[in-house]
Amino acid sequence: MTIHEPIIQIKNMKKAYELGGEMVLALQSVSLDIQKGDFISIIGPSGSGKSTFMNMIGCLDRPDSGEFLLDSEEVGKMKSSKLATIRNEKIGFIFQNFNLIPKLTAVENVELPLIYRGIKATERREIALEALKKVGLVDRAKHLPPQLSGGQQQRVAIARALAGNPPILLADEPTGALDSKTSKEVLEIMKSLNEQGHTIILITHDLDVAKKAKRVVRIHDGQLYENGGEWFADTQNGTEKHQSK
Amino acid sequence: MQTLKMALKSIKANKIRSFLTMLGIIIGVSSVIVMVAIGQGSTKEVQDQIGSLGTNVLTLTVTGSDVTFKEEDVEQIQDVDGIEAIAATVSGRVTVKNGINNTQVSMIGTTSSYLDVRDLQLQSGRFIADLDHDNHSKIAVLGSDTAQTLFGLGDPVGEYVKVNGTSYKVVGVLQSVGSSLGTSGDNMIIVPLSTGQRLASTTNIGTTYVKVENEDMINFVSNLIERTMYSIVGDADSYSVSSQKDLMETASSVNETMTLLLGGSAAISLIVGGIGIMNIMLVSVSERTKEIGIRKAIGAKRGNILLQFLIESMVLSSFGGMIGVGIGIISAQVFTLLTGTAITYSVPVMLLSFGFSLLVGILFGVFPANKASKLDPIQALRYE
Repeated sequence: MTIHEPIIQIKNMKKAYELGGEMVLALQSVSLDIQKGDFISIIGPSGSGKSTFMNMIGCLDRPDSGEFLLDSEEVGKMKSSKLATIRNEKIGFIFQNFNLIPKLTAVENVELPLIYRGIKATERREIALEALKKVGLVDRAKHLPPQLSGGQQQRVAIARALAGNPPILLADEPTGALDSKTSKEVLEIMKSLNEQGHTIILITHDLDVAKKAKRVVRIHDGQLYENGGEWFADTQNGTEKHQSK
Repeated sequence: MQTLKMALKSIKANKIRSFLTMLGIIIGVSSVIVMVAIGQGSTKEVQDQIGSLGTNVLTLTVTGSDVTFKEEDVEQIQDVDGIEAIAATVSGRVTVKNGINNTQVSMIGTTSSYLDVRDLQLQSGRFIADLDHDNHSKIAVLGSDTAQTLFGLGDPVGEYVKVNGTSYKVVGVLQSVGSSLGTSGDNMIIVPLSTGQRLASTTNIGTTYVKVENEDMINFVSNLIERTMYSIVGDADSYSVSSQKDLMETASSVNETMTLLLGGSAAISLIVGGIGIMNIMLVSVSERTKEIGIRKAIGAKRGNILLQFLIESMVLSSFGGMIGVGIGIISAQVFTLLTGTAITYSVPVMLLSFGFSLLVGILFGVFPANKASKLDPIQALRYE
């Protein structure tokens, strides 16, 4: 149910940063369009520029040059306070290590993005519980993160990402810290969220995870290649390594 | 409101640390309150004492050793306009003995008007009469402490005491006046002026107390007396005329300096407390780097983070301030119960020190809060 209306349009995005006194070109010239309702995974080994690219899409950082339209808004040149608002309203983050605040209960964690949006306490609680219901954890609302299993924590994190009802869910290795059974559960949840119309961007180094997406792109040495899935399939089949552009 | 709740939560999460952080402020605020309470209490006490001596009394003291100021000269002073009564005194120290009890006391030789001029009350018996002066009578009026030392609870009136070896008849006992400026007004004996001159082996008058008719005229009368004294003595440096008001001003200015000094050192401890808060807030910021990163990633602006930490340090310091005010009041109360020293609570000082502690919280909270708000979300998220 991909609608052909781009939510993300990236053109010639470049980013370099300094590492130990040397300039590293993390993104050479990346272009990518993502449609509304898409489920795309970005796959690449560590050091490929994957994290840098994720930080760009997540509006945590700004590119050096290039265009970046998010929901038809140019975000590449925004001030950091404006970027914070964009992050809050447009993007739901799901991290590898969950990144829940351990002192806050599950429902309080889910409420966080709503607090920064200035929603009143009673309404906030309602929305947060609704989001927890979607991931099947309403009965754990008052638990603190350390009292929950890894899979449950990640589901709370998904609920937090959902709570603000952002158009994009950005998941960075969401199964990286989970065993295969809970990984499957989490991926199932993400799949069903995509079926409900959420645009999902999944960043991973794991091909099996990446293959759950409708579209797989590969990032390597700061460049993006469309047919990520096929390429990995080829390498796994032992065929000669080739880089098709 | 939400930020306040978050601040309270994080303070509760680290109870011992929060308490230790507040300790500096608590000590600062409570010591300000205690110090000022004691300082102002003693100022008030001194003022009350001096005031009780009468504000319509002038004290004329001859200080020069080579000048002579005799009874006849006192009569000249008496002729000055506006004087209601005058009491010349000679003074010295004597040993008073009753049986095996003996004590060193100050002796004042004076006339019958002394009782009125100094506004003293008799506990029993009578005071010195003019006739006693003329007759060089060996009679004595005892201060209340002296009477108790020599006679215990018994009534000394009519009994005899030995003053420097000579028998004196006790005719009266004064009521207690309390101690003033370090000298006890109750540890003394009063004898007729002529008798006192013999005991002190001098005919020179030391101090003369002058009661003026009208309190408003006191400066005018003081000037007249000075002029008369100059004509008698001829040396302006060898005598002084002072009113109780002068004395009060001196005493209270000394006390004010003391209060300022005490309050100032306490204020410094408040600043030290503030530095403690800053220290802990900095630790808290670096400990919670990850949390800050998470908050920023999901949409917290710099202002949100700044406010969160600023409110936390304000809550800490104002809590400390409140506890400090409470402890200050309690310990001042304990102090007065233990030592019997008078204290005066000053509400403005309490509000001021509380306000100051809040200010310290803001001032010393800004730096750590600003540091937190400036963290880069990517770096902060990566922090473990």
